[in-house]
Amino acid sequence: MYEFLLRMGDNTLVLGHRVSEWCGHSPVLEEDIALANISLDLIGQTRLWLGLAGEVEGQGRDADALAYRRDAWDFRNLLIVERPNRDYGHTLMRQFLFDLWHHERLADICLSEDDRVLGIAAKCVKEASYHLERSTDLIVRLGGGTAESHSRMQTAVEALWPYVGEMFTDDALDIEMDKAGIAPLPSNQRPRFDEALNITLSRASLTRPAGDFAQKGGRSGVHTEDLGHMLATMQFLPRAYPDARW
Amino acid sequence: MVSEAQIWAWLDEVPDPEIPVLSLVDLGVIRGVEIGEEVVIKVTPTYSGCPATSVINLDITEKLRANGVKNLRLEPQIYPPWSTDWIKREAHEKLRAYGIAPPVSGTALCPRCASANTEMLSKFGSTPCKSHHRCKDCLEPFDAFKCL
Ligand SMILES: [Zn+2]
Repeated sequence: MYEFLLRMGDNTLVLGHRVSEWCGHSPVLEEDIALANISLDLIGQTRLWLGLAGEVEGQGRDADALAYRRDAWDFRNLLIVERPNRDYGHTLMRQFLFDLWHHERLADICLSEDDRVLGIAAKCVKEASYHLERSTDLIVRLGGGTAESHSRMQTAVEALWPYVGEMFTDDALDIEMDKAGIAPLPSNQRPRFDEALNITLSRASLTRPAGDFAQKGGRSGVHTEDLGHMLATMQFLPRAYPDARW
Repeated sequence: MVSEAQIWAWLDEVPDPEIPVLSLVDLGVIRGVEIGEEVVIKVTPTYSGCPATSVINLDITEKLRANGVKNLRLEPQIYPPWSTDWIKREAHEKLRAYGIAPPVSGTALCPRCASANTEMLSKFGSTPCKSHHRCKDCLEPFDAFKCL
């Protein structure tokens, strides 16, 4: 259960931090505000998941301790969320693929037999649905925009494609969570994800990449070096000045 | 011994930190008041990352302490999740008068001229709870409470 909660909370923590890196750098003011708000939602969701993880672990660690005092190999996020931002199209495509998965995942977890898990999923799914509406709209607009925006979106979906498969791979922990009634298998979502993805890509005049090679490892603590660089920035202050307060 | 109704009345005097024309009771974030050996206030967050959440907790504590409530405990309650349906109907008029379109599914009405001829500029406005719009009749920009 603790590991499952880390998986949920680390996804929103790592993506929330990545998205916040745009703050003050976005192409237009409205986008800057939107990304900052999405980041806030994701960090808020992280507090719920990691807060419960700390409670379940029972070692006296709260959400902050879990976020700031673990090393890369203790993180359980999907690799896609630690991918660097690159250009704006790449950031939006990463957000769209994540939102599409996240929304379905949370909707599934709303069936949890654990009241605490259900409570968090029911809270987060509403926000995820709002994020998905926005990212879908932007993918369609940019994919069908200028030749330049179209080509950047196509490049982005191809670069991120190898990181999609990991979202739907079941492992021993997933099977255990499913049997315990805590969360259904991630693989259940794949047909719904594919259907929605195909619709949006076709509205955006984008081509779905071929092949199903999947980079894996994030959910068991094997990460790309990009996560280490990100954590160095994110964790610097609380590690250099332990217990610093506002 | 303080009554439950008295506590509700005090909480109805605490303004939302970001939209001060609404009280915390108008906003629908107070889920319950229990009076026993201690006074327990059940509070639900609006958006999970809303920075106002901790300010709201502080404001509740200060208000009740100032009125002599001693054994006070705030209990977060996230389920059922807050949505804009929890905002009191009477509060919609206060929002409109303040220049914020109340939450509606569909096109937001301009809070200044009541026109329905408006467009959304961005799904996110000046705070996590608002989206940004423009009225095509009076040409003024305005914020609307996001319908969640
Ligand atoms: Zn108007």
